[in-house]
Amino acid sequence: MAVAGLRALLALSAVALLAACGGSPADGEPAPSRLPQVVEVVLDEQGRPEPSLLAERQVLLRGNGEEPQTLDPHLAEGVPAANILRDLFEGLTTTAPDGRIIPGAAIHWDISRDGLTYTFYLDPAGRWSNGDPVTAADFVWSWQRVVDPSTGAAYARMLAPVVNAEAILSAERPPEDLGVTALNDTTFQVQLSSPTPYFLGLLTHPTTFPVHQASLETYGSAHVRPGNLVSNGAFVLDDWQVRSRIDVVRNPHFRLVDEVLIEQVTFFPFEDENTEFNRFRAGDLHWTYQVPSNQFRWLEQNMAEALHVSPWFGTYFFSFNLTREPFRDSVELRQALNLAIDREILTQRVTRFGEIPTFTLVPPGLPDYQPPEPEHAEWTQAEREARARELYARAGFSDSNPLVVELRYNTSENHRKIAVAVAAMWKQTLGVQTRLVNEEFRVFLQNRAQRRVTQVFRSGWIGDYQDAFTFLELFHSEHGRNDAGYNNPRFDRLLDQIASERIPSRRRNLMVEAERMLLADQVILPVFTYVTKRLVDPRLQGWQENVMDQHLSRHMFLVRERTVDVAPAETADDQENPTEDETES
Amino acid sequence: MLNYSLKRLASAIPTLFLLITFAFFLIRIAPGGPFDGERALPPDIEANLAAKYHLDEPLPMQYLRYLWQIVRLDFGPSFHYLDWTVNDLIAQGAPVSFTLGGLALLLALAIGIPIGAWAALRQNRPGDYAVMSIAMVGISIPNFVVAPLLILLFAISLGWLPAGGWEFSPSRMVLPVITLALPMIAYIARITRGSMIEVLRSSFIRTARAKGLPEKEILFNHALKPALLPVISYLGPAAAGILTGSVVVERIFTIPGIGSYFVQGALNRDYTLVMGVVILYGILIILFNYLVDLIYAWLDPRIRYDDQEAGA
Amino acid sequence: MNESERDAFDQALDTRVIQGRSLWVDAWHRLLKNRAALASLLVLVVMVALVIIGPMMSDWDHEIPDWDNYSTPPSLETGHLFGTDALGRDLFVRTLIGGRISLLVGIVATLVSLLIGISYGAIAGYFGGRVDNLMMRFVDGIYAMPFMFFVIVLMVIFGRNIFLIFVAIGAVNWLDMARIVRGQTLSLKNKPFVEAARACGATEMQIIRRHIVPNLLGVVIVYVTLTIPQVILIESFLSFLGLGVQEPLTSWGALVNEGAQELETAPWSLLFPAGFLAATLFAFNFLGDGLRDALDPKDRV
Repeated sequence: MAVAGLRALLALSAVALLAACGGSPADGEPAPSRLPQVVEVVLDEQGRPEPSLLAERQVLLRGNGEEPQTLDPHLAEGVPAANILRDLFEGLTTTAPDGRIIPGAAIHWDISRDGLTYTFYLDPAGRWSNGDPVTAADFVWSWQRVVDPSTGAAYARMLAPVVNAEAILSAERPPEDLGVTALNDTTFQVQLSSPTPYFLGLLTHPTTFPVHQASLETYGSAHVRPGNLVSNGAFVLDDWQVRSRIDVVRNPHFRLVDEVLIEQVTFFPFEDENTEFNRFRAGDLHWTYQVPSNQFRWLEQNMAEALHVSPWFGTYFFSFNLTREPFRDSVELRQALNLAIDREILTQRVTRFGEIPTFTLVPPGLPDYQPPEPEHAEWTQAEREARARELYARAGFSDSNPLVVELRYNTSENHRKIAVAVAAMWKQTLGVQTRLVNEEFRVFLQNRAQRRVTQVFRSGWIGDYQDAFTFLELFHSEHGRNDAGYNNPRFDRLLDQIASERIPSRRRNLMVEAERMLLADQVILPVFTYVTKRLVDPRLQGWQENVMDQHLSRHMFLVRERTVDVAPAETADDQENPTEDETES
Repeated sequence: MLNYSLKRLASAIPTLFLLITFAFFLIRIAPGGPFDGERALPPDIEANLAAKYHLDEPLPMQYLRYLWQIVRLDFGPSFHYLDWTVNDLIAQGAPVSFTLGGLALLLALAIGIPIGAWAALRQNRPGDYAVMSIAMVGISIPNFVVAPLLILLFAISLGWLPAGGWEFSPSRMVLPVITLALPMIAYIARITRGSMIEVLRSSFIRTARAKGLPEKEILFNHALKPALLPVISYLGPAAAGILTGSVVVERIFTIPGIGSYFVQGALNRDYTLVMGVVILYGILIILFNYLVDLIYAWLDPRIRYDDQEAGA
Repeated sequence: MNESERDAFDQALDTRVIQGRSLWVDAWHRLLKNRAALASLLVLVVMVALVIIGPMMSDWDHEIPDWDNYSTPPSLETGHLFGTDALGRDLFVRTLIGGRISLLVGIVATLVSLLIGISYGAIAGYFGGRVDNLMMRFVDGIYAMPFMFFVIVLMVIFGRNIFLIFVAIGAVNWLDMARIVRGQTLSLKNKPFVEAARACGATEMQIIRRHIVPNLLGVVIVYVTLTIPQVILIESFLSFLGLGVQEPLTSWGALVNEGAQELETAPWSLLFPAGFLAATLFAFNFLGDGLRDALDPKDRV
């Protein structure tokens, strides 16, 4: 027995060593891809696939980031929870595969001429998963719940444009005063306090989803447990194993149930992106939440057809603490640091997934907004660096009297790499001595908000709704996340004007002006526009890349494989599959 | 025996109390709170949340409230996983951790003790060196290196085993159990070897040999039992550690045990969850140390814990 | 002190000194015969010399990336003997700098735990009775605390200061030492030479310092060689959680963790630091075993 044990151990360590040495793709030779080959997909007039092409089992396996904190749509935060909630629930509007806003629980709506009154006409076929009709009263009750401070809704400010929402949030008025009314069972009217061009977009956010009043009253905080949760979306919660899996199955009462091809979606939480990556490679997932950033080269060589990268509605930037030295009064110094970093190197050699270098706050890609590029965006990097040195000297620093600065970031592999690279660039170009301070997330957030110890710190923002304002409002002197401490009365006034401006073109111009002011004051150091990156099994179809990164499972479907999974040794004849002929004919 | 057990139980209470007090105040010193997020909460909502979870009360008051809660075996709601109570989360995670840890423990004992004993019999000969060097590799390579290697080889290249997940299916258990057991195998083998060498040199073994007893009988009937004593005392704390899970193994294999709550709970400032798992761990440690003493008494007749029934 | 008492005392003192000296000499001879232990000692000496001198000999800096060569394999042509990491920093220099930190963490944390553990254990063991009971109950309380939770919370509270890592790890690790020392002290304090010293009117503290602690040295040395590798591993675990040493400094644990994530694309970034780490841990463990064999008087049959 002892000898057997020893042999086992020997064998094990030997294979482990082999794996360590033989694991790398030798001489850049691509390893044979194990991705399934799929049939060619033909869509009919409605954009639905030929039924014969569909895989037999329509069970979608989605990797989904960290375990959601809650599945209560009003309390939930973060992208992972939102992904599940968009499958379980349906707001007044929803998104098409390409990200367009399309009718959801409301099949159409009227907007008054002044842009202050929205009247939504609910789909009379709308049903909760227990068969109850979805009514305008459900929305009234749900929205009142959101703005009620005792609910503790994290994103309650999403409803801030609605009449009285601010006053209710600060407990000055009762929730019943919210500017929403049920005109009848299927007509829901909203009064806004200022025209909000992005209002329809807000309605795809889980905070604005309806919840089922009766089950909330029966079960209290346990209303989201499997078996208790009643939802109005394409799927209904079936099972929830904490930190293991969340299963949702097709909701037979969903108003468009006939169009939903996926029968079940399983969301898998992951604490580690490498783990998710391995699970995808082992064939356990159709869809990943992210991709480990250091795997780009490998992916390019081995799984290029599964890798999907597309621009996202978010910006990675650093902020300066404007309330303390050394950045308080020295715009030259801030500009010097901004110009000294090489964004091409950062995106091509550090982050590596095709992130887009940027000099502005608002990401490109909005239909009606063009961020104002500062003039140095057009310069060469050498010109920028020369100018940076000039400004650095003008700010009173030199080789003998270098700037000593702390660069703060929270624990994460990507933040770490970017911070190290930025510090090296500052040192190489200007001779700045940077001390890197890596903090645990909550400590970091607290330090950022207190503005006592911070100097330069990692920031970043993903837009909550499709409008430039979601970025600009962060720098209002009274915004809760204005960690830079930017306090410019002219900027604040511009923001107030934007909020009440009714004419779209004037509003856009005001926003451009505000962003230009922010960039000229160099409150931030923009680095790149985020991209979404994920691996998707080629069999999964019906989805498209979109800038808001919303992907509802109800639009998706799984198609057949072209070849059955056979060992490579078998003959070519065996690999022929009748469906292939069908599609080619 | 009973008397001794009662005494131990009584002495466990102040230990637990000390642990709870210490952990409670330690986690509260950490900056930041459970409801901080990248998006700032409106002040009134934050105040409401604080009031809902009694975080607005003075700390000593919260402490007393918490003690009263625990006395009723209610660990309170989780501050991070809002839909679950700490009791729910532990009830879901503990069976997973106990299965994983228990299997790893058994595997480690089943392999570690024989190879340790085998090496002891060949002290300072090539076989001894070979086995002990391999055991040392088990200790010297961190498990966050071993785990990805195993996944790469057995799950991805060979496709024999799943790359992760749990769901109480045997095939999913193989790799995490091996990863968790490897360093333990090494420790147990080393301890067994050391104590076995010592026992083999002792006078009673020499006497047995002089009497001409067969080597096998000497080994199994006389040497093994006393040689296992140090292994047993190592196992006490080790078992508590391994049963409450391993953060690394849980993370790399996506296993929903309670191990990562020690880390995630602390990082999320999920005060109640962290206290729950800390208390669970404390109870296990105390329990296992007690078991170790009992096993000791059973293995080594010289040790008696009972002063009153000693003659029985 | 009368004549006979003094005689007894001198004798006790003498035998101790003689015994002590011969013990160490004996042990040293036995250690020299143990090839594995000797080789380990050599490895450690070389390793320490390398991590101290190595980085000074290299043209590369551990901090500044070589932007033209990121994630490149070892090559004489580029001058990166161990290749570069994902940011283009030279892995030879980083491995050695990481070695400095890992060894430093191991040694300093172990010293901290020794300092606390020996004094605590010796005091508890020596005074015995109620003091002992109370002190050991406290140890039990801390012992029941999950180590990782403790270290993580300390890291969160004090930030990423390297010295606090040492102290935090040492502050938790002293428990074992305290227990071992206490046990030894309990058995030592009734030995004749201690009683003799007490009879001579030495104060309690003097006895602990002059008579008890020196006699614990054997156990302590073995403990040290076995604790250092443990602490190095603990540091590597902290690095895995992202709570380790602050950039641009690094440690073997941090490097191995980065390397493990690029197992397939850049195996060299795992192999070199992991090799150094494993060799060092190996050496400490073999040396510890060797020392235990050499110092354990039970072996001298």
